[in-house]
Amino acid sequence: MTALLEARGVKRVYPVRSGGKRSLLHAVAGVDLAIASGESVGIVGESGCGKSTFARLIARLIDVSAGEILFRGRSITSIPLAAFVSAKERAAIQMVFQDPTESLNPSLTVGDAIADPLRRLLNVSARAEIDARVRKILDDIGLPESLLDRYPHQLSGGQKARVGIGRAIAAEPDLLILDEPTSALDVSVQAVILKLLAELRTRRNMAYVFVSHDLNVVRLVCERVVVMYLGEIVEIAPAARLFDVALHPYTRALIAAIPDSARRGQKTSRLDGSPRSPIDPDPHVCAFYGRCPKGQPICAQSKPALRALPDGRFAACHFVDVQSERRRADGVLG
Amino acid sequence: MRGPALLTVETLSLEFRTRGGVVKALEDVSFDVRRGEILGVVGESGSGKSVSAFAIMDILDKNAVITKGRIAFGGVDLLADKRSALRSMRGREISMIFQSPRTALNPIRKVGRQIEDVLVRHGPVPRREAKARAIAALAKVRIPDPERRYHAYPFELSGGMCQRVMIAMALACEPMLLIADEPTTGLDVTTQAVILDLIRELVDGSNMSAILITHDLGLAGEYCDRAVVMHAGHLVEAGAMRDLLHRAAHPYSARLVAATPSEADDVMDLASIAGNLPDLAAPTLPPCRFVARCDRRVAACDTAPLPTTRLADDHIVRCWRPA
Repeated sequence: MTALLEARGVKRVYPVRSGGKRSLLHAVAGVDLAIASGESVGIVGESGCGKSTFARLIARLIDVSAGEILFRGRSITSIPLAAFVSAKERAAIQMVFQDPTESLNPSLTVGDAIADPLRRLLNVSARAEIDARVRKILDDIGLPESLLDRYPHQLSGGQKARVGIGRAIAAEPDLLILDEPTSALDVSVQAVILKLLAELRTRRNMAYVFVSHDLNVVRLVCERVVVMYLGEIVEIAPAARLFDVALHPYTRALIAAIPDSARRGQKTSRLDGSPRSPIDPDPHVCAFYGRCPKGQPICAQSKPALRALPDGRFAACHFVDVQSERRRADGVLG
Repeated sequence: MRGPALLTVETLSLEFRTRGGVVKALEDVSFDVRRGEILGVVGESGSGKSVSAFAIMDILDKNAVITKGRIAFGGVDLLADKRSALRSMRGREISMIFQSPRTALNPIRKVGRQIEDVLVRHGPVPRREAKARAIAALAKVRIPDPERRYHAYPFELSGGMCQRVMIAMALACEPMLLIADEPTTGLDVTTQAVILDLIRELVDGSNMSAILITHDLGLAGEYCDRAVVMHAGHLVEAGAMRDLLHRAAHPYSARLVAATPSEADDVMDLASIAGNLPDLAAPTLPPCRFVARCDRRVAACDTAPLPTTRLADDHIVRCWRPA
């Protein structure tokens, strides 16, 4: 079975000057990832780990520096950006952005904002049909028709978030890429939007790539989680198992940092310091070396590859051992 | 159980006189902060949590008017007396850190010098001793290589480091009370944990108290001893953190807990809260500002003044039909 979307060795570098010499900042440093139809994949990591850049690459909003992205088996990276806007994949891959206030055109009404992708990407031109489809989408995203003629500044944060989602699903995508879709919202509004997203995915059979720094949100809406660090994937696991037993030391540190009321008053070991520089990284050193509590001399000599583990997970660490981690977790839980 | 109160806020009401009308930002808000505790102030945007802190710090906008109430710190009424001696209490005895530390710092002054400025102003510490004290303050918040970082400008530091500088500055004069207003919004979860562990340690290790203002109940749950929940300028519930998370009595607090992802196991179990905040500039507001969004509404909610019910020693709720 072909994957819906497949990233092969995807890299994105940016030229920078550091200390007077030309260097390359590796924002995404070689990512392989396949996403199945209808699947919900979370991408997590600290700021600067390349998760948003990767999201923009697979949304074909920016060019890859190396590697290839296939959508339903066809390379979309070979289509120039200017031509991609009229490719059939443009409608099939849509994106929901972080800040609904920043990402909606302030001069378009709700109705026009949703009609825009219908006209441009689905070539719907009959006014009556556009009207009917816009109303259907409004209903899907839970907005009353009375808001059709409102402008973004007349909407609440939650309503704007819904319009952003409505615009993205108007093109009837197979893959929706969501970059921190709820981080600007209040908790109670976030809850409503997360439920809406979960419902829409089932109803429309879309795949989601859900980029978030909030692991609790990812735990609730994603089936599979990809953990990125310094432009690379360090672990991939089913969401339930990742939060049960994380294998990579970075993932474990990330999960240990999630606020947890059950841990009140306890001392937890924390991940301190900053990641290594993404500028001209040494290809032989593990990205997490120096910050890793498990670091050994070998980590500075040979970079661990992302390898498949017996239980279907993937981790990039020399010292991952599923059996012992399982026992350790059982011991802690029991 | 009740420790002595360090700060007492009593029936505080506050309005903003704007061109669009009078915004009743706070009404009858009462709470206290005890010695050696972290008090959480929890609520969504527009609930009045930051305004309460600004009132304590006396850094309100010019159009803000305190119409009622009392703020007492260590027995001194901060509102009654505006003499300069009291003003200096704010800044020395009470200090505050803000969201987005990078914008709160002076971008064109070395961070070490900015800490010195606070020491010289409030210490009082002579300028020649200030540098050593500033470096010690940086070391206290565990900034690696503090002698070198003393000379750094804010843009040279990460967001987490800038927030540590802010904390170093806030703690330089060894205040009795630290007010942290969403101190980790915009920071990574790993950095957030380090910053809050640090605040917790500083509170545990000295006799300092802290107010943690946050929209994140999960975060308050890990770090706060007690919390107050605010909605639309009202304090709706106050209690031990454990009680608020597991036995929330006000319909708003209960829904807020149930809407928090860290407290849920399935996305469809997340609670939603119908409706929006009432318009606080409306000429008349109902006695309960949650009434339009509430599913426990009774006749008294629209007419009678909001009751205060004490459920346990520490646990109070302002509702006609608490759970």
